[in-house]
Amino acid sequence: MQKDIVIQVNNLTKCFGDFTAVDTISFEVYRGEVFGFLGANGAGKTTAMRMLCGLSTPTSGEAAIAGYDVYRQTENIKKSIGYMSQKFSLYEDLTVAENIKLFGGIYGLTNQEIKEKSAQLTGRLYMNDQRHKMVGSLPLGWKQKLAFSIAIIHQPKIVFLDEPTGGVDPVTRRQFWNLIYDAAAQGITVFITTHYMDEAEYCNRISMMVDGKIKALDSPSNLKRQFSSGSMYEVFLRLARGAQRTSD
Amino acid sequence: MKQLATFIRKEFYHMFRDRKTLLILFGLPIAQILLFGFALTNEIKNSRIVVCDYAKCGISRQLTEKFAANNNFIVEEALLSHHQIEDAFRSGRIKLAVVFPLDFEDDYQHLNQAHVQLIADATDPNTANMLTAYATNIIMEYQNLSLPYQINTETRMIYNPELKGAINFVPGVMALVLMLVCVMMTSASIVREKEYGTMEVLLVSPLNPFMLIISKAIPYLLLSLVNLIVIILLSITLLGVPVNGSLLLLFLISILFIITALSLGLLISNVAQTQQTAILVSLIGLMVPTILFTGFTFPLENMPVVLQWLANIVPAKWYYTIVKSIMIKGLGFGAIWKETLVLAVMTCLLLMISFKKFKVRLE
Repeated sequence: MQKDIVIQVNNLTKCFGDFTAVDTISFEVYRGEVFGFLGANGAGKTTAMRMLCGLSTPTSGEAAIAGYDVYRQTENIKKSIGYMSQKFSLYEDLTVAENIKLFGGIYGLTNQEIKEKSAQLTGRLYMNDQRHKMVGSLPLGWKQKLAFSIAIIHQPKIVFLDEPTGGVDPVTRRQFWNLIYDAAAQGITVFITTHYMDEAEYCNRISMMVDGKIKALDSPSNLKRQFSSGSMYEVFLRLARGAQRTSD
Repeated sequence: MKQLATFIRKEFYHMFRDRKTLLILFGLPIAQILLFGFALTNEIKNSRIVVCDYAKCGISRQLTEKFAANNNFIVEEALLSHHQIEDAFRSGRIKLAVVFPLDFEDDYQHLNQAHVQLIADATDPNTANMLTAYATNIIMEYQNLSLPYQINTETRMIYNPELKGAINFVPGVMALVLMLVCVMMTSASIVREKEYGTMEVLLVSPLNPFMLIISKAIPYLLLSLVNLIVIILLSITLLGVPVNGSLLLLFLISILFIITALSLGLLISNVAQTQQTAILVSLIGLMVPTILFTGFTFPLENMPVVLQWLANIVPAKWYYTIVKSIMIKGLGFGAIWKETLVLAVMTCLLLMISFKKFKVRLE
C-alpha cells in the first residue's frame, strides 16, 4: 500500500476543566485505509473524533487532516471530509431524493452531478422504489446505509463514522461493511469508531483507546499476536481491564 | 446562493409537512382576532336601558331616538318613578336609566344649561362606567351638532370616540402573534436539529453557520408577513378597525419587529437543548410579558413604577405603541421615530449577542 498520510496527529489533548478527555494521543492514518478507533464508553473516542472534524478545538497538540491544520483551516477540512454521527443524521421528514439533493447542495455539487449521484446511489442500495418515500418510514438498516452513502456523496478524502452500526442486525452490518470497502477501494479513507469487536476484525488497523490514551495500535492480527489472544474481544478486555474511568 | 436556496427549500418542506403546527400557525391569528374582537371584548353591546322622558320636548325626543339607534343599547321607554327604576335595577332588567326631568326644556331655554340624569347599575363598575360614557357621548354629540350653545363636559374620548375595544386589541394581537410565531418556531426548529443530531452533520459540512441562521429565519419571516396580512384584513373587514396611517410604514416596522423576535428565538435556541425547553422558555419568558406588559390587556399607567420600567425592556411594548400610532392615530414616522430607534437598538443588541453565542463548534 502506498503510504500517503491523510491524518497526522501529534500529542493531541483535550481538557474539559481539570478532566482530560483525550490525553496526548499520536497516530497516523494512510490513504485508502479502514482505520478502527476502538475504546470503551467514555474513553474519549468521540471527543477525539470531533477535534479531527473541526467540531471542537483541541487544548494542545497538533493535527492535520488531509494536510489542513485543525486550528486554522477548519473550513478546508470541512470540504475534505464526510461525517456520519452516532445519532441518525438524515432528515426524516424529507424523502430519500430530497435528502440526497440537500446534502449534495450543501457540498456544492451541481444539479447535474446530484442527478447522476442520486441515480447511482439509489441503484447501488436497491432503493429506486423508495426514492420518494420519507426517510422516516425506512427501516433503520436502510437509513444507515443511505446516511453513509450521502456522507461520501462529494467524494471526500476521509469519511468519519461515529458508531454507525449501532442497533443494526448482523446481516445489515455486513452489507454496511461492503459499502465501507467499496469506499476504501475508491481511495476514501475510512475512520470508524465502533463497539463491535467483530467489526474491529474488518479494519486494516485499529487503535485501542483507554482513559483518553491510545494503548495499542496495529493490525488486528498483529494485536492478537501481541496480546496472545484468540480474538479482538480478548484483546479489548485485557486492555480495558486497566481502565480507571467507568463508562458514562 | 444555491446553497441558501437549497436550504430555504428544506425549511419550507419541514414547515409544510408538519401539518398540525402549520394549522396552529395560521389558525392562531384568526382565532385570536375573533376571540379578542368579539368574545373577549370589553365593549358592551345590547345593554337594556330605560329612558324616562318627563320633559317630552323636541330635544328629549330626538335624544331618545339617538339612544334607540345606538347598537350598544336596547331602549325601553317608560315613565317610571324613582322607586320603579330601583326595582328595575334590582331585578337586573336594566343596566342604565336615562331621565329627562320635567324642567328640562325650561332649563335649557332660560338658563342655557340643562341636566340629564344618568343612573347606572354600579355593581359592575366597569360596565357602569362604559355605559355612562356611551350615553354621555351620545348626548354630547347631539348637542355639538344641533344646539346653538355649548355645554362643557369632563368626558373626552379621543381617537376612540365609539369606545371600540377592538382598536386596542388588534395591535396587541399583532405583537402577540408575531412574537409567538417567530420566537417559538425559530428556536424550536433550530433546537430540533440539535435533538435529531442533524446539527452536528451541518456543522461538519462546509455550510456557513450564518447561512444556516438566515435560511431558518426567512421562511418564518414570510410566514409572519402572511399572518400580518391576515390580521389586518380581518381587522378591517370584521372588526371595522381601519389602518389610518401608512401601510408601508406599518409593514416596515413589522419587519423590524419580526427580526427582533427572530433574534430572540435564536438566542433561546442557543440555551435550550430540547424542543420542549425552547417552547417553554418562549412561552413563559416572552408570551407572558408580552401579554402583561404591552398595555393592551392592562393599562401600564396603573402599574407600579418598577413594573413600568420592566415593561420598557419588553420589545412588544414598543411595537404595540408604534402600531397604535400608525394604525389608529394615523401618525407618520416623525411621531414614532423614538420608539423605532429603541426597537432597532434592541434588535441590534440581540442579534449581536445571538450571533456571538451561536456555537460554530460543539463543546
